[in-house]
Amino acid sequence: MLAADPVLVDVVPAASVMPHLADRMILHAGPPIGWERMCGPMRGAVTGIAVFEGWARDLAEAEGLAGEGAFVFEPNHHHDAVGPMTGMTTKSQWVMVVENRKFGNRAYCTVNEGLGKVMRFGGNDDEVLDRLRWLRDVLGPALGRALRECGGVPLKNLVARGLTMGDEMHQRNVACSGLFLRALAPVLARTSGAREELARALAFIASNDQFFLNIAMALGKAIMDPVRDIEGSSVVTAMCRNGTDFGIRVSGCGDEWFTAPVEQPRGLYFPGYTEADANPDMGDSTIVETIGLGGFAMAASPAVAGFVGAGSAADAAIFTREMGEITLASNPEWTIPSLDYQGVPTGIDIRLVADSGITPTINTGIAHRKPGVGQVGAGVVNAPLACFTQAVRAFADRMGVR
Amino acid sequence: MMAVIVNLVRKGFYLDSVGLMRMSREIAGMDGVEDAALMMATPANREIMRHAGVLAAEGDMAAASDLVLAVRARDEAVAHQVLREAEALLDRPRRSNAEAAQWRPRSLRAAQAARPSLNLALISVPGEYAVAEARKALGRGLDVMIFSDNVPIGDEVELKTEARAMGRLVMGPDCGTAIIGGAPLCFANRVPRGSIGIVGASGTGTQEVSCLIARHGGGISHAIGTGGRDLKEAVGGITTLMAMDMLDRDPGTETIVLVSKPPAASVVQTVRRRVAESGKRFVICFLGSDGIDLPTNAVAASTLRDAALLALGRTVSAPRQPGHGGGSAGRIVGLFAGGTLCAEAQIILQRAGLAVASNVPVPGASATGGPGHLLLDLGDDEYTRGRPHPMIDPSVRDEPLAAALRDPANAVVLIDVVLGHGGHADPAGAVADVLKRHRGPGPVVVASVTGTDEDPQGLAGQIARLEAVGVEVQPSNADAAEAACAHLDQTHGR
Repeated sequence: MLAADPVLVDVVPAASVMPHLADRMILHAGPPIGWERMCGPMRGAVTGIAVFEGWARDLAEAEGLAGEGAFVFEPNHHHDAVGPMTGMTTKSQWVMVVENRKFGNRAYCTVNEGLGKVMRFGGNDDEVLDRLRWLRDVLGPALGRALRECGGVPLKNLVARGLTMGDEMHQRNVACSGLFLRALAPVLARTSGAREELARALAFIASNDQFFLNIAMALGKAIMDPVRDIEGSSVVTAMCRNGTDFGIRVSGCGDEWFTAPVEQPRGLYFPGYTEADANPDMGDSTIVETIGLGGFAMAASPAVAGFVGAGSAADAAIFTREMGEITLASNPEWTIPSLDYQGVPTGIDIRLVADSGITPTINTGIAHRKPGVGQVGAGVVNAPLACFTQAVRAFADRMGVR
Repeated sequence: MMAVIVNLVRKGFYLDSVGLMRMSREIAGMDGVEDAALMMATPANREIMRHAGVLAAEGDMAAASDLVLAVRARDEAVAHQVLREAEALLDRPRRSNAEAAQWRPRSLRAAQAARPSLNLALISVPGEYAVAEARKALGRGLDVMIFSDNVPIGDEVELKTEARAMGRLVMGPDCGTAIIGGAPLCFANRVPRGSIGIVGASGTGTQEVSCLIARHGGGISHAIGTGGRDLKEAVGGITTLMAMDMLDRDPGTETIVLVSKPPAASVVQTVRRRVAESGKRFVICFLGSDGIDLPTNAVAASTLRDAALLALGRTVSAPRQPGHGGGSAGRIVGLFAGGTLCAEAQIILQRAGLAVASNVPVPGASATGGPGHLLLDLGDDEYTRGRPHPMIDPSVRDEPLAAALRDPANAVVLIDVVLGHGGHADPAGAVADVLKRHRGPGPVVVASVTGTDEDPQGLAGQIARLEAVGVEVQPSNADAAEAACAHLDQTHGR
């Protein structure tokens, strides 16, 4: 994990890099789930993406097709990919490519759609679909050209700087989004064909404090994939949720998912919304906690700690120190100034979780429980302990321990 | 009546969105407010406010770098009042509560990472988990004290054998008292440091000996607990022997006191051999087993009080001869919080020629219901099942004490009051309250207080509370038991 060297190298159509991503296949966030158990926002996103792909004329037809089993659902994680919230990935969407240059593997994530009404929160109206079309037809190709031109943007150092600027890379990506834009803007200007197109691209990235989240997620996936399938390793390689189940994978347990019902986030709501509107926790974005960011790096981002507590720097530090109890190391390159440059806690060990009863803290956005509404708040949620205790039992079986 | 929407714009005022969301929630909860928002006026945020029905024209015209205070309220007056309060919230000085929040490690691993010099783990979890936790601690290079009870003896043997192979000490299970390097652990008293080491299989025995040593001007190097079963045949005194080795090696320890109930015969021999190998002076107090043949560097003490005095190099008076005739009408009832104190009292009564019954009888005494004077250990399982130990919650003794005071058959009521860390804040007060409620004539109440003036409860104050309600307070548990016998003698005009 610590040796990884993730670089954002390209943006390409999903089908061109995911050989098993077939027509009428929809990749979703979290562990495997079928249409019948999907939550509201996930269903909303499925119908929207089916219209976007041209598999249905409208949302109603898409819903009917989904109910008839016309679509194949698979987790992003089965395709070297991750996706935020509902996490929709289909063949003609464009995905960012993060290459782990130390190990040669690649991971993928779609481009962040911005704030407001978006598909990752279950939005599916014309505004949402039009934006997806623009990402596919304009921004995706433009970003790809720029990244190829400059040979990619190295991410490890960028994240390190973001941490010192108050980002924890899950709820807060302000600094990293800015740093990324600063790195890419000159190349984008050089490779862009039209001035208006360039202006819109720059404005789109600049207006979205969470633009970097999807990059951080692909980076997380690229860092964790080489850690998979190490015999005898009890390190968590993925945490994710589909709005119904929370799932984890463990290095020494192959591709097995350990799942439990997902929990409800505790947090703050936008005006007009309350807990009653909130959907249970959702998304592959917990990959950032898996690599020691997000809730694990709370001390870097006291503002984010305010979602659950008093929000003082001291409160934020407690979250990070507590995550130190369930991780194997601290990252010497990703450090937190307010903790005297202590590194972020890295490498969740299922044994330490089961032993201490301390579960990973996750910073998260909160989606409306009805499809199509979008984000209604943000907060903190814990991974369910049951995932880890199941994993410890399975791990013990594999190791021949009783 | 129609609700009103009022917006206030602060030009070029930035505040973090989380802070704003918390303030929004605060003002949205105010009286007469339907909804409210404090947001930077970015296009996305204006959209949210429009959807929430709190955006007015002023807010809609604000720039992304402006802060909008938006409220929808019952009437204009409320709206403006709320916005004034929101502004006050915005402008109030920030308090730092850096001191308020303090991280406390929840696992041994994290505690050790935070303080690498830590070398002892104190384990107090339900018995079924205690051994697993102890193994973890041992594996992390820590010596272990196990307060938990209900650990099967087979597990104790395994654990102690493993620990011995690693060169580490396991105090317990069911180890209630230790003082290591001056630090009192679990139920222990604040005693000065000094040259006397204690190896104790019993909690209150170690407390009584260490306090008496302190009150006579001596001090304790270390008091090492072993757990109540360490000197049983099965365990073979593993911890006792290791503790003896440690104190033998410790340059600060000159005299070593062993305190226990009578050990298994085979273990006595092992301990005796170990004593003989040592160059240090030993005081052996195996309560209830007089007449052990000891090497020349050891003396036997028949009571906890004598153990303390002998450890200090004082002489002790020979046991009083049985002086009391049978057939007395009055009875002694002892109600003890300390199990070893109860045992010591039984021994003293027997030595005075009295028949004794107890729920935890020493050799020679009969079980409860048998003839003679009744001495009860209220810390025994039958009294503590589902409730705290009387040292933690002295009210366990209230009802039996009140009953003993009322019973005309009782001539003397004998009690102990145990102070120290881990114990109740005012155990003497609990006794005093019961006595104050008692009306009419009653038996003499004789007590001793195990503790020091440095203890959280304070020895002098606790004695004063007892004396204020007419309790006769003796300087030690043994003295109290002897005084109880003497009261019987007087009662019967011998």
